[in-house]
Amino acid sequence: MFDLSGKTALVTGASGGIGGAIAKALHGAGAVVGLSGTRVEPLEALAAELGERAHVLPCNLSDAGAVDALPKQAIEAMGGVDILVNNAGITRDQIFMRMSDEEWAQVLEVNLTSTMRLCRGVMRPMMKKRWGRIVNISSVVGVTGNPGQANYAASKAGMIGLTKSIAYEVASRGITANAVAPGFIATAMTDKLTDEQKDAINTRIPAARMGTPEEIAAAVLYLASAEAGYVTGATLHVNGGMAMI
Amino acid sequence: MSDIADRVRKIVVEHLSVDEDKVTENASFIDDLGADSLDTVELVMAFEEEFGIEIPDDAAETIQTFGDAVKFIKEAS
Repeated sequence: MFDLSGKTALVTGASGGIGGAIAKALHGAGAVVGLSGTRVEPLEALAAELGERAHVLPCNLSDAGAVDALPKQAIEAMGGVDILVNNAGITRDQIFMRMSDEEWAQVLEVNLTSTMRLCRGVMRPMMKKRWGRIVNISSVVGVTGNPGQANYAASKAGMIGLTKSIAYEVASRGITANAVAPGFIATAMTDKLTDEQKDAINTRIPAARMGTPEEIAAAVLYLASAEAGYVTGATLHVNGGMAMI
Repeated sequence: MSDIADRVRKIVVEHLSVDEDKVTENASFIDDLGADSLDTVELVMAFEEEFGIEIPDDAAETIQTFGDAVKFIKEAS
């Protein structure tokens, strides 16, 4: 099950904890992977770790021109993009009353607009091939909301609406579009929290622990597989029961 | 009709699975040949590939009928 041999996958935010795990999972299933991100060094390190079938494709997602060019670079490097995983995201947390236009715009641009641009960029080759998998990494807060994250939550909710609309349009062409909505996942970012803060978070999660990047990657691997061909427009919540939606 | 028209007709017949004799000068892809909006995008993609041309989005929107397509491609290639 879940054999991705002969498939090509572009993963954004591959320098981060979750993105790296996604890239490893897809690569482990046999896919050729394109590792994108802003920081080249961690991408090179990951590519070195993966060995063959890994390409480093740096891209600044707040640069519209660079985002539009990324699918073409990925196709040149890998011969195609069968699977697109929009995982990159940023936060600019701020209580809503104080949120600046800039904090709003930056988050929407990187999280939502770049996702739209990349989906658009891979659509033509996927249509021609009559096969494609789009997996957009949303967030539980896109559905539940979160204080201090109006911009982030809006961008993540937007990704779900975008994903569903794309799913409608291209379902008849063998292309699926789905979202994965992680809850709290243990990454470098959450390592910085104090034990007290972690305990407070864990009391809100029925599973009583944070998720791992590998648990998100497993959901992505499923949605990217041939086996998930009849799953489209879905949002797969991976949150330890924190929000049962 | 020219060679271009024959090639365009072949693409339309293949993509939309319609009878060749239905693909007349004024046949509208959507109204007469059963295409949906995505089909028209795919037809344009197929024309671009077959004739080695680029059809910008605003021009693509003006290509509604078989005749439109032949005329545009003749002018472009």
